Amino acid sequence: MTGLETLARGKVAPAPGQQPVLSIQGLSVEFGPRGNSVYAVNDVSFELAEGESLAIVGESGSGKSVTVQTLMGLIRKPPGRVTAGRALFRGRDLLAMPDSELRRIRGRDIAMIFQDPMSSLNPVLTIGLQLTEALREHQGLNEAEAEREALDMLALVGIANAPQRMRAFPHQFSGGQLQRIGIAMALVCKPSILIADEPTTALDVTIQAQIVELVVRLQKQLGMAIIWISHDLSLVAGFVDRVAVMYAGSIVESAPVDDLFSATKHPYTIGLLNSIPSLTAANTRLVPIKGAPPNVTLAPTFCAFAPRCDYAEARCREQKPPLEPVAAGHTTACWRWREVDHLPRSLAVASGAKPAVAAAQEPLLTVTDLKVHFPIRRGVLRRQVGAVHAVDGVSFEVMRGETLALVGESGCGKSTTGRAVLGLERPSAGSIVFEGRDYAGATGEELKRRRRDMQMVFQNPFGSLNPRMTVGRIIGEGLRAQKIGTRASRDVRVSELLVLVGLREALRNRYPFELSGGQRQRVGIARALAANPKFIIADEPISALDVSIQAQIVNLLDDLKTRLGLTYLFVGHDLSMVRYLSDRVAVMYLGRIVEIGTTPAVFGAPLHPYTRALLSAIPMPDPKAGGTGRRIVLGGGVPDPSKPPPGCHFHPRCPLATEICTKVDPARRDFGSAVTGQHLVACHHAGEAAS
Amino acid sequence: MLSYLLRKLLLSIPVLFGVTVIVFAIAHAMPGDAVLAMITAEAPSSEELIAMRRGELGLDQPVYVQYLNWIGQILHGNLGRSFVNGRGVGDIIVERLPITLELMGVALLVAFVIGTTLGVLSALRQYKLTDYSLTLAGFVGVSIPDFFMGLLLVYVFALELRWLPSSGISTAGENFSLLDNLRHLILPAAALALFRAAIFMRYARAGMLEVLNQSYMRTAKAKGLKPRTITLRHGLRNALIPLVTVFGLALPTLFGGSVVIETIFQWPGIGLMFIDSVVNRDSPVIMGYVLITAIIVMLANLATDIVYSVLDPRVSYD
Repeated sequence: MTGLETLARGKVAPAPGQQPVLSIQGLSVEFGPRGNSVYAVNDVSFELAEGESLAIVGESGSGKSVTVQTLMGLIRKPPGRVTAGRALFRGRDLLAMPDSELRRIRGRDIAMIFQDPMSSLNPVLTIGLQLTEALREHQGLNEAEAEREALDMLALVGIANAPQRMRAFPHQFSGGQLQRIGIAMALVCKPSILIADEPTTALDVTIQAQIVELVVRLQKQLGMAIIWISHDLSLVAGFVDRVAVMYAGSIVESAPVDDLFSATKHPYTIGLLNSIPSLTAANTRLVPIKGAPPNVTLAPTFCAFAPRCDYAEARCREQKPPLEPVAAGHTTACWRWREVDHLPRSLAVASGAKPAVAAAQEPLLTVTDLKVHFPIRRGVLRRQVGAVHAVDGVSFEVMRGETLALVGESGCGKSTTGRAVLGLERPSAGSIVFEGRDYAGATGEELKRRRRDMQMVFQNPFGSLNPRMTVGRIIGEGLRAQKIGTRASRDVRVSELLVLVGLREALRNRYPFELSGGQRQRVGIARALAANPKFIIADEPISALDVSIQAQIVNLLDDLKTRLGLTYLFVGHDLSMVRYLSDRVAVMYLGRIVEIGTTPAVFGAPLHPYTRALLSAIPMPDPKAGGTGRRIVLGGGVPDPSKPPPGCHFHPRCPLATEICTKVDPARRDFGSAVTGQHLVACHHAGEAAS
Repeated sequence: MLSYLLRKLLLSIPVLFGVTVIVFAIAHAMPGDAVLAMITAEAPSSEELIAMRRGELGLDQPVYVQYLNWIGQILHGNLGRSFVNGRGVGDIIVERLPITLELMGVALLVAFVIGTTLGVLSALRQYKLTDYSLTLAGFVGVSIPDFFMGLLLVYVFALELRWLPSSGISTAGENFSLLDNLRHLILPAAALALFRAAIFMRYARAGMLEVLNQSYMRTAKAKGLKPRTITLRHGLRNALIPLVTVFGLALPTLFGGSVVIETIFQWPGIGLMFIDSVVNRDSPVIMGYVLITAIIVMLANLATDIVYSVLDPRVSYD
């Protein structure tokens, strides 16, 4: 551990609360030509003490990333312009110094890690070179010295076999490993401030837990201050000292983390908290923030949240509220903060519990031993040498009128299962029986007939709508393809559908790029509903949306289910949303279902160790929930699905694994009771663990 | 990698076979034949003489027999003999190919270096005067076909300014010297290079602009590296990757271009040889030319694949 000591010795961590290491004062940033500006950051001020960790939370377009990128000199000018403000780093204004001077601070004193580790590392350079170049630049080390430092750092972030891995390229690592490398790269020069720009957003929830734990540990070891940018209040609740919430380029509320959650003052923060379904409380209906994301092309002379705010009055639309102190270290920018009902969720409870609909006990869809293998071909003759076992023997039923959720991390086969059910992937084996007919492997007309009754809502509302088609054509296309109705009747149907999903009819002649993310996903839902299907496969329908919009879409899906008597197969990785939406849950790992049961049973008393780890990794919107301590952090990542481990696929990462797990694939056993319903678990140790 | 190359080579066999069929069909479909071409050039001859000459050259046999004879020869490594002067087609090509490759190689290299450099420069100065001027020059470059460029260069530099020679590979009557040869090379190589430099420039600009927007460029900047290091080490390597494809695609068009340019500048390479053989209906030479260029283009494509995998570690063939 000498590496750790050397790293820690370089800096004496002062107690938090002393002289700020960074002080942002009245920062404003605009993009685009004058007179036609996007007001990205408006009069933002905050301070960061030595060793402190501050979270800046906001949705896309809130200006949180622009703020930190401006002080790093990373925004492009033009089109970007700093119109006001100072950014003092140990008394020196970062915004006033020439780039050649700022360059010496960047990477050495203030370092940054980015959202998507895959794209933020250079694909054609070895990670060794990318790790050492900052050291050689800032500290003038020679190659051997820089390499030694880099190796120490790699060991510190938990990359095994560091010397060999130095010569590898980014694509040879998993996403989680790459983010570790990204962190090592940022920390090689032992900066006094680390800026983390949504570093876990592109990662799975168990990997997210690993990364958060790593950063928190390194912060203590190296005594640095952290600015953690995130859209996820729950995530940062567990480990930061202070939170600043941004909306439309301004800080609307800033408080010590406990205060922010227990004495919330700003209506937007309250709205955000209400949009997050609880993992523990009873299933109350979500209260989304109404309306659409803010228009940042208007000069910030009024409260930008007013159009979506339940408390807004005339003054809010005319004058911008200043940040006012409401308690020690707690400020908020709202004219009516004294009157605002400061307890989140109170509204949610008032609006009543989510209506429970009893599902019929008749299966609409029965999937038996479904396998989807993708062949791997090699050699001169392209002989098949192996297969990616994307889905490896999956069986489940979906009852008429219920919502079954498939959950798991990326690569577990949940999306492939959904696609196979719709016939978008050809099953290698198994049967898919829908309304009594097996159509696994069906093609042509038969598949087309199936698709009248089942449709899909896709994950990415930006990529899944044809940019050259109007909204009306996108929605009506399925009807045309299925030759349903006449032209006139289809037009009427499109209007109905638009109303049904809560869009103005006038939008039918617009193109997707003119719509917001939430509107696009509504179009995606309307498209799926066009031919009156019985069954909807929703493949991560909300994961590309902002938090405040997610709740709107989830509520819409929920309403539509009741009104139209739909049955859902919901594919998702956001477990709190899954808990909210689904009647039963199937947890997948490496192509297999490891646990399936009713939602209360799986979430209340998970029996499979993987399910437990997955549930424990979900961030809770409550700073007192124990943060990182409560988590069961799994080691490593999901293994290569072309070479799944023998026996139980989960055994290499399982805390309970014994001899038998490495050899025998566990059969599914029912741990359910009359009360909890069927609860199947594929684990040798499930019974013992339960007792 | 090795098995990928092997598979590619195996796949090129049927392609080459297809090329022979098409080439033979075209050569055969041309109006007239070598004997008639000779006769019109010389004195008129009797029907018997024509029939006798055709018999000597094998032109009196059925088409498929002629084709099979030709293919049989090729499989023995023999490209046949010229109808006009009786020399082996292989020998003629071996003699003339290096002359063409000199012209093409220099032109391609110059075009690539100039085009890429200016393209990257243009991207780095996006929406500034340099960028606008270079983009305009690029448009002019791609708009002027190379034969016209050749004539323009001859007019300006050979006829008006009298700086450079306009034809041949060396001055007639003097001993061959490299310097003299290079002087002769400048105009035809420039004629071929300018158009392609403009194309490389446009792709290099687009490639570099795309790279400049990548997050890894932001990461490099956030590390506090020098702007030059960011551009060259992190940017250029990535921007070059798509250019390899453009480079590979430029090769076949160069063979086409060299036919025209060699005629204008009387550059005695295989392009000039090809034009002569078409005039003379010398089908063995025509077919030999097309076959050899087809093979070279295929090998160049293979080389492109290899260079691709060297530049981009994510690309692996299997």
